[in-house]
Amino acid sequence: MTSKRVQILLHGGVLAAGIIAPLIFPNYTLQIAVLWVMILFAMTWDVMGGQMGYNSLGNIFFFGAGMYTCVIVQIGLYYDVAKYTAASGMITVNFTPEQYFTGLALGMIAAALVCAVLAVILGWIVFGLRGPYFAIGTLGIALAAGELFSAWEYVGGGGGIALPVYPGEPDDRAYFFYLLCFTLAVVTFAVLRRIYASRFGLAINAIRDDEEKAEGMGIHTRRHKTVGWCISAFFLGISGAIFGNMIGFIEPLEVAFPTVTFGIFMVVMALLGGKGTMWGPVIGATLFHAFKEVTWIHLLGWQWVALGAFIIIVVVFFQQGIMGWIQDKRPHWFGIVVDEAGAAREIELEGAPRRTGAAE
Amino acid sequence: MVNNIALLTDVPILNVQLLLDGLLIGAIFALAAYGLALVWGVMNVKNLAQGDLVIMGGYIAWYLSELGVHPILGLPIAIVLMFAFGWVVYFLIIRYVIERDLFTSLLATFGLALVIQQLLNLAFGPEVQITESGFAIRSMFEGMVTMADIKFIALCLAAVLATIIVTFMKYSRMGQAIRATAQDPRAAKVMGIDTGRVYAFTFALNSAICGAAGVLISMIWIIQPFFGMSHSIRSFVIVTAAGLGNLPGVIIAGLGLGVAEQYAGFVLGAELQQFSVVALLVAVLVVRQIVQGRRRQAVQ
Repeated sequence: MTSKRVQILLHGGVLAAGIIAPLIFPNYTLQIAVLWVMILFAMTWDVMGGQMGYNSLGNIFFFGAGMYTCVIVQIGLYYDVAKYTAASGMITVNFTPEQYFTGLALGMIAAALVCAVLAVILGWIVFGLRGPYFAIGTLGIALAAGELFSAWEYVGGGGGIALPVYPGEPDDRAYFFYLLCFTLAVVTFAVLRRIYASRFGLAINAIRDDEEKAEGMGIHTRRHKTVGWCISAFFLGISGAIFGNMIGFIEPLEVAFPTVTFGIFMVVMALLGGKGTMWGPVIGATLFHAFKEVTWIHLLGWQWVALGAFIIIVVVFFQQGIMGWIQDKRPHWFGIVVDEAGAAREIELEGAPRRTGAAE
Repeated sequence: MVNNIALLTDVPILNVQLLLDGLLIGAIFALAAYGLALVWGVMNVKNLAQGDLVIMGGYIAWYLSELGVHPILGLPIAIVLMFAFGWVVYFLIIRYVIERDLFTSLLATFGLALVIQQLLNLAFGPEVQITESGFAIRSMFEGMVTMADIKFIALCLAAVLATIIVTFMKYSRMGQAIRATAQDPRAAKVMGIDTGRVYAFTFALNSAICGAAGVLISMIWIIQPFFGMSHSIRSFVIVTAAGLGNLPGVIIAGLGLGVAEQYAGFVLGAELQQFSVVALLVAVLVVRQIVQGRRRQAVQ
């Protein structure tokens, strides 16, 4: 079987599974929708962390920023936001279906654009930081945003804000948001695949391998880093907008800026699958999400401990990830010719299977 | 916000209260931050579980005081227990992280933080706790400034502990070995120093320091299983501002952070106190970047 056919089968299989899954398991529609959001998290993190070598711990910031942008647009189009939040869900505002869908669509567009702009502004601040300082700085930004929104009364502060109610049946609602999440994840995958195959992909890989040399070769590193972060932020912003509406209630610390849960999970998922690969984040997110759901059901009370231990094990003992491990064992599947004599040289040229980021 | 600033200028005695509280709590922040600087400098491990080790020490003191042991007697017990805990953690996790890139240590210790806070939550519940030490609270300036004796005692204990650690690092064989390893691990190894043991001891020492800081914090402030992250952030703020291996810098930055946090809490309101700590971290990082100017720091 040629690799082309394998690819077509793989893509077709995932697409078919994605469309059929909620029809087979109608009770788990929202859980599967969350899985697609998780896959999106891992893929967008990998743009920076895997392909560019900038390990951000605060990408979740854009998720929350997108969520809040969307809700402000959705409500602000037809009502006074401050008045709406002051009532803290006591008044039920009925949006007509037309108002609801216009608001949601405009909100998603606004979320994407605002997040991309925020990425440019923040990039200007954080891209001077290197190595661990970059990770700590981005973590700090995400934590700070959560605290700031908790104190911002206009959007409901720590009490949160209830979103417009979906006009329709609950089952339709679940399937509608499922399709949004699924489509977004697929589009993200396609866009990233296209980008990684282009000159831009080569340039950000060069930045990961050696930033000084990349700059010496004439790559405008700062611009590439900023654009890379913008792409992450763009899709994360939309995902935040959808996720907020799917949950139906936004709260700054647990839902919008869950820095120490989703924010870290996205990193672990990408590492588990194998960072710097196309399918790694998808596989990693799926396995991680499955592990999480299973422990949540079976380890009452101990699930977080199990999850913490799992994170330690993945990070410390299995950092090359599943894709990296397969690449190590079966290099020819990836078109890497194993020539025993020149194996070391070949692997170096093809992009080392053990990518340890900034280790060298 | 403006009203609060006006209040500070109208009633200057309030400044005394804020300064006093800030300096007393800041001394303990500095203690925990010194532990982080030690681990960071010697083993190149960025410990995101620092704050959780602090909270763990606090819970040991709290549990002992529930059993009837006075927290000041609980202090040495907590130090010993946390030292042992640090040693175990070193052999389970940290020793695999030392040789790896910087990001690995951040993430692995984050996982450790998650495990510690959840175990504390399971064992002691999510309530906010305080260790009762039974000392008097005295008021000064006609009741305008209150000062609990325990805060002063905690400050003295922190100073004594710091002196012991500094003396230990300077004069004992192990302290010298730690400093030698920090300077050049390979040379130290050639000279016959068992660097593995040095690393284990360093991490255990850090854990013990954190435990001691936690006991003091549980006496003069509050502890809760999920407060660890903010203590970790504080340690990172202090160490980033002061730099590694700079003890006077750590002390000044720690006291400064304590005072800044008290003022931020008073002026901006309690709900923005957490924000001010994290914002300070970002600010310190940015300032550090500007100070370094265009001089590129090599990616280690």
